[in-house]
Amino acid sequence: MMAALQRHFYVAQRATALVLAPLVVIHLVLIMIAVKNGLTADEILSRTRGNVLWAAFYSLFVVAAAIHAPLGVRNVLREWTPLSSRGVDVLCLLLFVFLLFAGLRAVVAVY
Amino acid sequence: MAKTLSVSIWRGKSDGQYQTYDVELRQNQTVLDIVTEVQRQHEPSLAYRFACRVGVCGSCAMMVNGVPRWTCRTHVNQVTQDSNSAVLQIGPLRNLPVIKDLVVDLKPFFEKWQRAGGKFTGTATRHDPPAQISSQTRGRKAADAGIECINCAVCYSACDVVGWDDNYAGPAALNRVWTLVNDERQAGRRAVLDAAFADGGCGSCHSQGNCTRHCPVELSPSESIAALKRSAFMGLPKAHVVVTDNTGDATNTRSGGRS
Repeated sequence: MMAALQRHFYVAQRATALVLAPLVVIHLVLIMIAVKNGLTADEILSRTRGNVLWAAFYSLFVVAAAIHAPLGVRNVLREWTPLSSRGVDVLCLLLFVFLLFAGLRAVVAVY
Repeated sequence: MAKTLSVSIWRGKSDGQYQTYDVELRQNQTVLDIVTEVQRQHEPSLAYRFACRVGVCGSCAMMVNGVPRWTCRTHVNQVTQDSNSAVLQIGPLRNLPVIKDLVVDLKPFFEKWQRAGGKFTGTATRHDPPAQISSQTRGRKAADAGIECINCAVCYSACDVVGWDDNYAGPAALNRVWTLVNDERQAGRRAVLDAAFADGGCGSCHSQGNCTRHCPVELSPSESIAALKRSAFMGLPKAHVVVTDNTGDATNTRSGGRS
């Protein structure tokens, strides 16, 4: 059971890396385009308010990052710190919940 | 005048030190010959391990000038550029507890081998007819590529991840697991694959490749570990077993795709 879960974690981390790779590139390009005519709240909100495509893109980004990052941190903590496996799992679960909540909250706030 | 070689050999346990001996240099001399000569001529209490002396058993693995090698298959000329003045340093295998001098305790190596799932568990009993395994299937070819491992622990000693992560099963154990995952006669291959992803399993490998670089029988544990990781996505290799009766006629065919 635990071993199967570890395999699913491995797959989840690699699969989300596959998803994140193009999303990060698009995100970086978007930033450059977005700041071209200055960076004001009004300008940003005019682009994001009611924009379903934008909301879908960043929702996917947030979910992928919330899965990918805690799994990576989990590997590092397990290998390099004396923390127990259970302690690491709890920390990473909290990180997952935080990233997911904070990220989706930000998406909803500007949609 | 006979040429001599300065040989530095580890003495004691993990808190021991290197001691230097001058040994007569001969042609076609292996590192194991050197150790034997030191033990017989200079230091009768020197402990070292060997058996076949011809590169079959793998018991004589030691660190030679910082590199894990089978000493019986390593000529002195291979590791010393200038045999007139070069120093040869021989130590116990890295990453394993030292019992005495050049002898290490292989218990952790074999315990991890078992823990990783290296034990074969068949689906048939001795009363069943033997399974016919085609040597041409992809799975069998993959198993054959790693099956010649004789557990000399050279890869385990060469692996930096083993050095810093006590929990890591090591290249030999995971290479063995990959052969079992591909062995159509192995029971519960899915569980064997899952076990390879447990703590300290293939997910801990950093793909540094030292195991493959130093394997004396030129296997590629790194490739086996990478294949285990790929199987997490691709599923188990296809199984296709033909069971025969005592006359050799096929009586039953079990096959299954990726699961």
